[in-house]
Amino acid sequence: MNDAAAPAGNGQGRLVQLLFYVAVLAGWYAVTRAGLVNPIVLPPLDKVLAAIPGVVASAQFGADLATTLFEVFCAFVLAAVAGLLVGYVVGRSPRRIAEYEPLLSAVYAVPLVLFFPLFVLFFGLGIASKVAIGAAIAFFPIVLNTIAGFANVNPVHLAAARLMGASPGQIMRHVMVPSALPVVTTGLRMGLIVALLGCLGTETIAATGGLGYRMVALAELMDTVEEYAYIVLIIVIAALLNALAGWAEARAHRLMGAR
Amino acid sequence: MPEIAMSARGVSHAYGVPGSASHVATLDDVSLDVRRGELLALIGPSGCGKTTLLNMFASLVRPLRGTIEVDGQPVTGPMPRKVAFVFQEHALFPWNTIRDNIGLALKFQGVAKPEAAERAAHALEAVGLADFADHFPGQLSGGMKQRASLARALSLDTEFILMDEPFAALDEQTRIVLGEDLSALLSRTRKTIVFVTHSLGEAVLLADRVAIFSARPGRITGIIDIDEPHPRRSQFATSEKFNRLRGDIFGLLHDEIRKSIDDSVHRRSGAAA
Repeated sequence: MNDAAAPAGNGQGRLVQLLFYVAVLAGWYAVTRAGLVNPIVLPPLDKVLAAIPGVVASAQFGADLATTLFEVFCAFVLAAVAGLLVGYVVGRSPRRIAEYEPLLSAVYAVPLVLFFPLFVLFFGLGIASKVAIGAAIAFFPIVLNTIAGFANVNPVHLAAARLMGASPGQIMRHVMVPSALPVVTTGLRMGLIVALLGCLGTETIAATGGLGYRMVALAELMDTVEEYAYIVLIIVIAALLNALAGWAEARAHRLMGAR
Repeated sequence: MPEIAMSARGVSHAYGVPGSASHVATLDDVSLDVRRGELLALIGPSGCGKTTLLNMFASLVRPLRGTIEVDGQPVTGPMPRKVAFVFQEHALFPWNTIRDNIGLALKFQGVAKPEAAERAAHALEAVGLADFADHFPGQLSGGMKQRASLARALSLDTEFILMDEPFAALDEQTRIVLGEDLSALLSRTRKTIVFVTHSLGEAVLLADRVAIFSARPGRITGIIDIDEPHPRRSQFATSEKFNRLRGDIFGLLHDEIRKSIDDSVHRRSGAAA
């Protein structure tokens, strides 16, 4: 519908984003070059950038990255399976929506960060506590969007399909799923991002490995150049994951046709 | 083949719990026969239950009392091979192209793929949308969407078609042109059609008979014959006969519409008190 407006709007958005990143890096460079901050607190940009290739090549970084990505993957799969299932069951019944949707929204509003220490206590220092936190956090955007997706299937479309002789399976496949898919994929994308957040967050509190754990460990060793190299790399990984999820979401929307 | 295609016998309907404030009787002991091959229009004031009666023929609503029959059989569920339904708001699936919308309808109905493709192409041809087969509904104008919706119903090749204010969302000019097209199409296919309308002009232009409903709870107060062969042209819409029939229907409707407006005003002031 906004075909004409979209490219120009996107271009402008890109430009603003790019300017923001350039400003942040330029600010970092200028502040550290001028000696305005203690290099232990914020090391110079050029030193951090110079350290990145060495970090990426190290075996430790590879192991940390693998740990974190494995946690995020497990957390996301658990959250997606549970969220889609519960979301579908609740979303198909107005009575169940009235009962459970406010409850889920209320629990979603509780800052789950509060329970990080408890999760570590229950599930230990290893990857299990990270997977549990990541899954718990990612479950909510997925389940709430799935409910919204299935609750808002146009009743006229359902009636039309039934009158034309569609079987329950055909109604599911050709009416309900395509109708719910755009909203559901948005929930999945949000779920993936917060799963990463939950896993990294728990790693910084108590862990034996992973990117978040290494970042804190380096800070404690006062090796801030390498710590910042990790921070930059984590941001890049988060951006890549987000781009991947966004691409999958856009593809799902396109598959469902022009709206 | 029986002469009666569809019938309603002593049908009543109401919404809400009896005795409560929300209880609204919509149909009161309505009986109606639809003749085979005719185009019957249902017209009446808002809320008179004409759409409810149409939905009963489609199995979307069940009568509280009375019986509904289609082709000599009581209606218990959808009859995809006999009855097609055209919704007020096109009801095309926005995620499918027009061609795929029709293909899917035929798949639901159980038609094999090669035949379905052929019938979809034919139906689009019939409503003048062949060039837009691969467009999505969101890319078409309101009139084209309604045409596509009509093509879908026609492609199902059912003997009966039910239409709920099919042209209500369109402007006057588009309505008249689509009405002409429909009249021409129907004179070729001899289908039995029941359609609900708010428009006196549309009823006279298209229908063989017009059933007039009273204000709520709906009863049929009269049936007017429109004795004019199909296909009808827009010239008919400017003829004296057209105006006389339109006037007759309006005469029957006028008091009922007055009553329904008074009733709704009364209800609103009652609710406010």
